[in-house]
Amino acid sequence: MNFKRFITTLIIYFIFWLAYTTSLAANEIIMGIILSTLLSVFTYKSFSQKNPENNIVVRIINLIKYIPVFIIEMVKANLDVARRVINPSLPINPGIIKISTDLKSDYAKLFLANSITLTPGTLTLDVKDNNLFIHWIDIESTDKDIQKNLISGKFEDLLGGIF
Amino acid sequence: MILLTTLGYIMIILGSLFLLLGALGIVRMPDLYNRIQAGTKATTLGALSSIIGVGLVNPNWFFKTLIIAIFIVLTNPIGSHSIARSSYKSGLKPELQSEIDEYKPENIQDERSDLR
Amino acid sequence: MLNFVFVLIFLALILSGFRFFKGPSSSDRVVALDTLTTIISVLLVTSSLFFDNYILLDISFVFAALSFTSVIVISRYLEGGNS
Repeated sequence: MNFKRFITTLIIYFIFWLAYTTSLAANEIIMGIILSTLLSVFTYKSFSQKNPENNIVVRIINLIKYIPVFIIEMVKANLDVARRVINPSLPINPGIIKISTDLKSDYAKLFLANSITLTPGTLTLDVKDNNLFIHWIDIESTDKDIQKNLISGKFEDLLGGIF
Repeated sequence: MILLTTLGYIMIILGSLFLLLGALGIVRMPDLYNRIQAGTKATTLGALSSIIGVGLVNPNWFFKTLIIAIFIVLTNPIGSHSIARSSYKSGLKPELQSEIDEYKPENIQDERSDLR
Repeated sequence: MLNFVFVLIFLALILSGFRFFKGPSSSDRVVALDTLTTIISVLLVTSSLFFDNYILLDISFVFAALSFTSVIVISRYLEGGNS
């Protein structure tokens, strides 16, 4: 089990090395193997997860599904910011709300917080246990379920599949 | 080839427009938390778009620029999240027109326990 | 073409620099610093295209990593407390 995590980490580091150097020269590859082995000896425990629910193929498929959703939300968020910033009367109505999440792992919560920060009108202030505290630039509803649907509904299932 | 170059330049220009928009948001927004919102979102998309645009104009660098862009997209929201949290905890109250604040200090007992 | 991009980026730098020097609280200055460093990373990447020199890409990557660390450290410092 530990060996599997170690090898996965090593392969991911090595792919990043190859992409960053963008060369197949022998000395670059040898250096890359040495460095990624050293790094994964020290960091595989915090880089990979203990017992992920899905196997690696399902997780990668979910990651590929997640990226377009994320990018579309990000572009929408920017058009929203543009509308608010350029409008002379600054239409904002901010408040801080609390929503709960079903995600278990810390990495999933980190990615959920990041995604929420980059999607329209929301900014994650803090994560405590299963609750996320969110600064919302324009409170649209005070009902918990509607809030949860609007803010994190799109990401939860996909992130639960990745981590 | 010419198509990729054109697309790359369009993405660079759009990205720098978003950077300008983010800076404008930082100047115009009324309080800190709204500034963080405008600043983070606009600069992250601006950086992503213009850095990948550079990679499209010069395809030899594509993967390198992709890694820089991924790094910025991953770290920028963490930075802003950290600033927002620290300024709330150091006592900078947000101006909330809706007066909904479920993150009052009395709800926070064990500070920093989540970081250990 | 790239000259126009540089004009936009310098305008953005001037605007966030304005917030950096004016900012009522120190948190405002840190937000402005965060924005400034992101804009400077983009400036470095576009300069690497302008000068046709890939070294600037590496500089930009290291700069982004260091600025992220500095923003985290400064905000931890502002948070105060006892650790």
